[in-house]
Amino acid sequence: MRLAEALASWSWWRRNVFTTDYRVVGRLYLLLALKAVAIGTILSMFMRIHLAWPNARLPFWGVMKPEEYLALLTMHGTMMIFFVLTVAPQMGFACLIAPAQIGAKRLSFPRIHAAGFWIIAASFVVLLLAAFVPGGAPISGWTSYPPLSAIAAAGPGQAMGMDLWLVSIALFCVGAVLGGVSLLTTIICERCEGMTWGRLPLTVWSWLTGALLTVLAFSVLFDAAVLLLCDRHAGTSFFVPASGVINGMLVNARGHDGSPLLWLHLFWFFGHPVVYIAVLPGMGLASMLLAGFSRRRVPGYRTMIATTLAIGLLGILLWGHHMFVAGLNPFASSIFAVTTMAIALPSAIKVMSWLVTVWRAPAAMKPRPVPMLWMLGFVSFFIAGGLTGPILAQPILDSYLHNTFFVVAHFHLIMAMAGVFSLFGATYYWFPLMTGRMMNERLGRWHFWLTIVAAYSTFLPMHLTGLAGEPRQYAQLTGIPGPAGALLARLQPMQIHVTVSAFVLIAAQVLFLVNLWRSTWSGEVAPENPWEATTLEWAPAGEDLRVVRGPCEYGEEGLSYPQWEQLVQQPLDGPE
Amino acid sequence: MPTLTPPPPVYTPEKKEQKPRTPQGPGSGGKPPYRKRTGGGGDGESWDGKGGRGPGERLRRTRPALIFFLIGDAMFFFSLVVVFLVEKGAYHVDHGIVVNTWHAIPIPSILWLNTAVLLLSSVTMELARRSIFHEQHVMDEWLGLGKPAARQALPWLLATAVLGILFLAGQWTAWMQLGMRRGYEAAYQNASLSHASFNLFTGFHAAHLAVGILGLSACLGVLLFARRVETRQVWLDTTAWYWHCMGLFWIGLFALPVGKPAPPRPRRPEAFISLMIHSGPFSAAMRAAL
Repeated sequence: MRLAEALASWSWWRRNVFTTDYRVVGRLYLLLALKAVAIGTILSMFMRIHLAWPNARLPFWGVMKPEEYLALLTMHGTMMIFFVLTVAPQMGFACLIAPAQIGAKRLSFPRIHAAGFWIIAASFVVLLLAAFVPGGAPISGWTSYPPLSAIAAAGPGQAMGMDLWLVSIALFCVGAVLGGVSLLTTIICERCEGMTWGRLPLTVWSWLTGALLTVLAFSVLFDAAVLLLCDRHAGTSFFVPASGVINGMLVNARGHDGSPLLWLHLFWFFGHPVVYIAVLPGMGLASMLLAGFSRRRVPGYRTMIATTLAIGLLGILLWGHHMFVAGLNPFASSIFAVTTMAIALPSAIKVMSWLVTVWRAPAAMKPRPVPMLWMLGFVSFFIAGGLTGPILAQPILDSYLHNTFFVVAHFHLIMAMAGVFSLFGATYYWFPLMTGRMMNERLGRWHFWLTIVAAYSTFLPMHLTGLAGEPRQYAQLTGIPGPAGALLARLQPMQIHVTVSAFVLIAAQVLFLVNLWRSTWSGEVAPENPWEATTLEWAPAGEDLRVVRGPCEYGEEGLSYPQWEQLVQQPLDGPE
Repeated sequence: MPTLTPPPPVYTPEKKEQKPRTPQGPGSGGKPPYRKRTGGGGDGESWDGKGGRGPGERLRRTRPALIFFLIGDAMFFFSLVVVFLVEKGAYHVDHGIVVNTWHAIPIPSILWLNTAVLLLSSVTMELARRSIFHEQHVMDEWLGLGKPAARQALPWLLATAVLGILFLAGQWTAWMQLGMRRGYEAAYQNASLSHASFNLFTGFHAAHLAVGILGLSACLGVLLFARRVETRQVWLDTTAWYWHCMGLFWIGLFALPVGKPAPPRPRRPEAFISLMIHSGPFSAAMRAAL
């Protein structure tokens, strides 16, 4: 039964709150991510205005104060990384699609999974509350480095706002681990007959790896958040160094040897795997969709599984590359540089596989369907953003580039844009499963081309300003005396270019919202399997299925062989 | 009352038609599974009527879930251990003197007793777990001939709960003793982070044990009132493995403050530098330079 039909027969409460249906919980996750991405985008809009015209008077606001810029920075980062790039691919789409793709009839622990969602929703509300308490939102960035994040006197948002931020993150960790455990168990235990590990779609492999990372990484972040809360309220000083001075005030007068570097270790042990939690599902989706639309097998299917797992494993071994300039032991830096560069290997294998899949495919669908465009965009951003990765992995180069816009450009291409493009691809692709309707093709194409051009126009110049020396996380870059000021003044036209491009990028997303709204209510009704896909989520609903082959099997002239085969149930005592 | 579960639904696979195999034709992903269980458990059903019924079916879900949860939990405790070790080795330089403010805490002797109690409780828990899986008794329960397995497990379960509560009470005593001593120490010297770390990880461990005791009470209710033998087994099994793991975690955590104190650090930077000079490969050159 399609989701829309199932929903029609339920009461509002059952449909939206007390539901344990994986499709509904998945949809709730996606709606939460949609809200978060809207808020996060608006915050970034204000940041871009401020960077281009720092003295502009904003309506209902006035001139933006430095701490307000930093609060925007913090909330934008937290919103996007936790509530969009973690929630949407690894929780939303995983919950919506993974059980269907493995032929499961339900989640292993539907109530725990639903509880995980509501804890994350509560965490979202707490985070939003942080903006409305006295002092406003926290200002120490989404990484919240101590000792500034441990001392309430360090800034306007560092009192109540910072506390709420920490509570929100701790809640998020609990919800994420619950969801991760449920997803792992579901994938391992609920596969239908014949769904061997080798036949598992690559999307499911990505979600499996992502869920493992979730369980490992968020547990550590929970610990970090709890310890920082203790430092703030229980008189400990795990992260506050002895006799530090902040704003002319002696902190930690008792002289305990806390270590800010310890927070960095704990935080980035979570913070780097979360990048892979965000982007691995996109990688799996790219493999499946590009193969599906090119009507080809995935070249090197087992290799792709192995590279997914390898990326997951290496992903938890390279957190130190965020700390090259934070006082890490140089020997440790070398080790982290090696593990960081090693991840280029499985990533390059994946890129090769995607390129080989789409290269001169004789039976490919023409014109290219919209989801395929988005996945090609994903590959493009993965390459463009990935190429700067090995550069930043060098401790020597990183010590110059680390606090510049070069890093902003790098992670906005590889994580933000690649992640978001895979999310758009997933939305256009699976929209028929959610609503029973197709998304508008023409609007989708306009949306794609405007977005990809504006995205490159926004983020590519940041490499140049970063190389020139423009620092990141600074509230204001104008009016600085001396040669530094002269250098930054020369970059100002590029700042304005980036801001204008960002506005075009944001404006293009209106097309998506219009498309989403219109297609939900009056889109073209989707056929049973609109993309002639081979994976199980497109199998006829309500049938007993058995899997007989791997995904992405195509015959001559693009004939598709679905993974499933229907079983005929023989009733024991006649019809009920 | 007899609690017979309905027989498993039987599926007969359709006769497969041989599809013509094209050069690019279907069939990747290993050999087709025929008469061979592959994949997961389905939905408690198995199409050939073999395996996949009974308590094993549900244990196949709860056990992996518990393992994954405990992996996350272990990461949490492991990061607490890392924090403990880092703080233990941390120092700062004050007027040219290297100062390490870490004071090893005196271990209250009741903690040794607590450890013994916790280990004993793990034994009683295991006895309860084994009796609920006793084959003969389980068969009787399944046929509705009373609840012999549950009756055997019940006293062991109660004993575990009592020992668990004793352990928590013992921990409370240890905290009180340490608190009094810390108040005494704070009068003339800085209280150390070792107290905070110790309180933190014993506190989190106690919270986990409290959850375990809640689980034991739930098991008690399930043993008394649950209708299906599978339900009783799943609850007891899950709680037991959780309990064992908490015992294991306790030993790991307790080893930290009890473990050997770190070798004394050089107290003065001069000593530190001379140590580096005399042990370094370029000691002669450096000595000459200095």
